[in-house]
Amino acid sequence: MLVNQEQLLQAIWETVVMVGVSLIFSFFIGLVLGVLLVVTRKGHLLENQIIFTILNAGINIFRSIPFIILMVAVIPFTRLIVGTSIGTAAAIVPMILFAGPYIARLIENSLLEVDQGVIEAAQAMGATPWQIMTRFLLPEALSSLLLGITIATIGLVGASAMAGAVGGGGLGDLAITYGYQRFDTVVMLLTVGILIIMVQGLQSLGNYLARRVRRR
Amino acid sequence: MIRTSLLIVAKLDLWQLFHMEQLPYKAILSEKEWGIGSMIIFDQVTKIYEGKGHSVKALQNVDLQVKKGEIYGVIGFSGAGKSSLIRCVNALERPSSGRVIVDGKNLLQLTAKEVREAKRNIGMIFQHFNLLHSKTVFTNVAMPLLVAKRPKEEVRKRVLELLAFVGLEDKANSYPDQLSGGQKQRVGIARALVTNPKVLLCDEATSALDPETTKAILQLLKQVNQAYGVTILMITHEMSAIREICDQVAVLDQGKIVESGSVFQVFSKPKTAIAAKFVRSVMNDHIPESIYALLREQREDRHIYRIVFVGNSAGEPLLSQVAKTYTVDVNILYGSITELQGIPFGNLIVQFSGAEKEMKRALLHIHQQKVTVKEVLADVS
Ligand SMILES: Nc1ncnc2c1ncn2[C@@H]1O[C@H](COP(=O)(O)OP(=O)(O)O)[C@@H](O)[C@H]1O
Ligand SMILES: [Mg+2]
Repeated sequence: MLVNQEQLLQAIWETVVMVGVSLIFSFFIGLVLGVLLVVTRKGHLLENQIIFTILNAGINIFRSIPFIILMVAVIPFTRLIVGTSIGTAAAIVPMILFAGPYIARLIENSLLEVDQGVIEAAQAMGATPWQIMTRFLLPEALSSLLLGITIATIGLVGASAMAGAVGGGGLGDLAITYGYQRFDTVVMLLTVGILIIMVQGLQSLGNYLARRVRRR
Repeated sequence: MIRTSLLIVAKLDLWQLFHMEQLPYKAILSEKEWGIGSMIIFDQVTKIYEGKGHSVKALQNVDLQVKKGEIYGVIGFSGAGKSSLIRCVNALERPSSGRVIVDGKNLLQLTAKEVREAKRNIGMIFQHFNLLHSKTVFTNVAMPLLVAKRPKEEVRKRVLELLAFVGLEDKANSYPDQLSGGQKQRVGIARALVTNPKVLLCDEATSALDPETTKAILQLLKQVNQAYGVTILMITHEMSAIREICDQVAVLDQGKIVESGSVFQVFSKPKTAIAAKFVRSVMNDHIPESIYALLREQREDRHIYRIVFVGNSAGEPLLSQVAKTYTVDVNILYGSITELQGIPFGNLIVQFSGAEKEMKRALLHIHQQKVTVKEVLADVS
């Protein structure tokens, strides 16, 4: 094996950082966009055709760009923000742009799943739109939201591996540079194995949390 | 003399019958008179849903007044516009024209903040309960107060008081999905009443429940009306719910109120075919086949009538009086009795025999008592 334990741990850490940091940012972006997508639609709390149409189209455009192309396309923007276009920090920018709109759709979906009757009851008791969102819709959607976030996190693990291929560091980088380019099968299997364990672990954690808040 | 095969003797409560004669539903009253004692007033309310290419007229010029302290029922088939009607009361829906006044206020003329306050004066319960699955029973009931930012201690006290009222003290920490349908509706009722509203709106509140539970929930609503003096407007497609607790009833058909009046009035003398249909759905007045057979061999000196009585069993029975006063034989062929708000509501098929002249006099006497008498002969075949 061409890689020592330290390099392996370093790569795992880089992956965790990339996924963690981009998840936090893309979650907040996704939350805001997702909530807006729901409340501005026709017949909803703050109906606004213009905002809805713009958001809806914008998110679709972002979501239709393959991650590998997105990474390259946003290089000038990345440079503007983090000062460089290579490395872990630079990989995080396209990852956020990739996951934000995705999470927005997942959150939109979870919120729309909540029974319309809950909104009706909230409106009947004189709740403000803000209260309806924070005290009724989001808590009711929490379980389904957690499952959505889990899916998005797993998507980010995949994206981080791809980002590694273009110099982002992390497990993907390790697998490409040693496993693929230098024919080290052991490193290849090891990184893939670690990625599988990560994904499995995240899914189990997500399922567990979703079940805990569900109470049905 | 009377040969009573069935001993159903109903007293004719004259006073009650006279007072049953309510205003016709299209009565034109001045606005001033309208307001007196009214809690909810619909004034020429029309609701049109605009769709792509077509529009649905859900309500057409609805006039309706619900008096303070009353239980008012609106009945109609699915799609008649009942939900649209009730949702106009708490501004969940906006009338296309006309106005709705609740406790002296037109919600659409208030500021957003005033509307939210006014809504605390109007509780609402739903067919599918609309509870929060992610919150405990306690928090569900507390929600209207939390939304109104009331102090914690007040919230706790009030919620526990209402949970006791609906009989769910021991379920405060349960989740809605651990409750039965009837218990969920009790939570809904507690939640609706927690802000101490003057009005309670019930949108098909018992339609998702079995008959036993329905009875219990209706009794609870009656108790709400009596204990807290809450005015109740309920909509339903089940006449049994109306019979059970309502004082007044209106029949809604294709967005129009086609008939309205006291429950006694509508049940005893439905004016429209649709009202009669609803009444028949709960009043067991189908005449047995054996009696139809009798009717077919009707003779000149015998006539068969349906008499509808309202009243209680004490007092002078009308039929025995008739039999004593006139030389006619009175034979009760069939009788059924239904209770309407604790007062018996009788339905008799009676055969009179005797001289033509005497029978006419007897009938006239009965007519003067304001009971509904119909010759059933016409119904045959
Ligand atoms: N939001 C809506 N948009 C369009 N049409 C509606 C809407 N709500 C109700 N309707 C229509 O209005 C009519 C009356 O509906 P509704 O008030 O729900 O009747 P009910 O409660 O008596 O079944 C129906 O034809 C229904 O399809
Ligand atoms: Mg309805």
